[in-house]
Amino acid sequence: MKGLKQRIDRIKPDFEKGGRFEKLHSVFDGFYTFLFTPNETSSSGVHIHDGNDSKRTMITVVMALLPCCLFGMWNIGLQHYRAIGELDHSFFELFFYGFFAVLPQILTAYIVGLGIEFIVAQLRGHEIQEGFLVSGILIPMICPVDTPCWMLAIAVAFAVIFAKEVFGGTGYNFLNIALVTRAFLFFSYPSKMSGDNVFVSLGGSQAADSYTGATPLGQLASATEPGTVITNVLGDPLSFSDIFFGFYSGSWGETSTFCILIGAAILLFTGIASWRIMGSALIGGLLMSVLANHFATDLYPVTFLSPLQQLCLGGFMFAIVFMATDPVTACRTNTGKYIYGFLIGAMAIVIRCYNTGYPEGAMLAVLLMNCFAPLIDYCVVNANVRRRLSRSEIKNS
Amino acid sequence: MNLKKTFLPLVNPLSKENPVIVQVLGICSALAVTAKMEPALVMTISVTAVLALSNVIISLLRNTIPTSIRIIVQLVVVAALVVIVDQVLKAWNYEVSKALSVFIGLIITNCIIMGRLEAFALNNRPWQSFLDGIGNGIGYGVILVIISFFRELFGSGTLMGYQIFPQSWYEAGYMNNGMMILPPMALILAGCIIWVHRAKNKDLQE
Repeated sequence: MKGLKQRIDRIKPDFEKGGRFEKLHSVFDGFYTFLFTPNETSSSGVHIHDGNDSKRTMITVVMALLPCCLFGMWNIGLQHYRAIGELDHSFFELFFYGFFAVLPQILTAYIVGLGIEFIVAQLRGHEIQEGFLVSGILIPMICPVDTPCWMLAIAVAFAVIFAKEVFGGTGYNFLNIALVTRAFLFFSYPSKMSGDNVFVSLGGSQAADSYTGATPLGQLASATEPGTVITNVLGDPLSFSDIFFGFYSGSWGETSTFCILIGAAILLFTGIASWRIMGSALIGGLLMSVLANHFATDLYPVTFLSPLQQLCLGGFMFAIVFMATDPVTACRTNTGKYIYGFLIGAMAIVIRCYNTGYPEGAMLAVLLMNCFAPLIDYCVVNANVRRRLSRSEIKNS
Repeated sequence: MNLKKTFLPLVNPLSKENPVIVQVLGICSALAVTAKMEPALVMTISVTAVLALSNVIISLLRNTIPTSIRIIVQLVVVAALVVIVDQVLKAWNYEVSKALSVFIGLIITNCIIMGRLEAFALNNRPWQSFLDGIGNGIGYGVILVIISFFRELFGSGTLMGYQIFPQSWYEAGYMNNGMMILPPMALILAGCIIWVHRAKNKDLQE
């Protein structure tokens, strides 16, 4: 490591003002601070001393995502071999099937997204911002495994340019980048983003006879007769432990509630995600699903799911742990966080239950509340101002 | 110099005072009719015709209209012209007329028309007003055509109804972008045009 640092320090003057590669300063700086702690300290004023810069924050989130990511890869393999009727494959065969299925998508997301970030940083003379480190891994995780890479590339480019760079780059986006990417894909190429054929990778093989490709929520949304039982890809009914540990088909990062809870524990322990948002979203979702279950009708089959199943199926948990808590797009005030989280949880279940066109509502719920977050903050701040003003007036008079 | 001044109302709205991307008027119809190029072109011609003729008529009447009821007079003139355009369109191109549906009738409420009548025709001579109407109509149409070009090309793979992307592309996995057909994409495209336009005209930047 020391040798590497000496070597890099030797070429550093080339990238500084007046050096040969002055134009590439931001690229150099980006890689330099990626490898080493920057050597700059503040020289004036009072500062809180903490090594927790945005790079470390991002890396912690990526680490929290790892359990979901690794499980998701294994689960892709599991669903694939179940779908083609070969049940006797080893753990590593399952894992590496999934790994190689999603590797091109992860690479596409990172190359396109970081490429645009680098170019924009060069054009504006900024430092390279590291916001895309998390988005790049989140984006493939919330898309179906069979999403073509060129679609992903277009969607990532759209999201990074129009949801982030246009508003000023990392930290200024008012919508979650990963969800904008998914929403763009969802509205642009609906046949590749929903339905029965995209969530399980068949890899060109013939499917087994009892195969169902629809996700559990998809099965319910398109159910015609009452009393439909949700099944896995083989057509066997799903038990609660299957649902909790995630042995069913879906966007590959989101299925395992267990792994998401591990991630949530990491985020909460390190203090990176807000427990207020996560907790109130959970309560919102729970209340709404209890209500929906209480007034369940045949017209909306999803309402028959028990509240626990509602929370563990689909992208709900993933959305409230990793999407809703994005500090840039969420509310800033503490009261606002409770309102914001609660509405995300409730809205996700409402969309999922009562709009049969969308089997899953978590994406739309988070995006909608992203738009309202500044308004909620504004109201909270103003209410506080009014309260304190009225208090002072009473004293004066 | 004099010639340049005469044609200023015709040239100005094309770029520096473009009704859509600088004054941000007529956005509603720009979002609604631009999914295909043909309706966009027909809409352009209709708006240009109504705008030029109503400008001339109001300009001729400008000294006799009492100020207190001028809006009503303008509306009557515009409404009459729109009805004529609607009937002509139904007679000559019924398909497109159906595709445009209420938006021909809604030309009456197009902000560009009322805006030009108020801002220009009430104070200028008929020939100038006529040029101003033609210029604003074309300025509006240019934006519509650009937006509809991209929306039809990437949303349906066609231009003016002719297929552009060969069938082999679709077999290789290419798909039309469904988002392009939806109105939000028209707004984003209009935003892109404004972006490019402001980048080229530094004096328009705020």
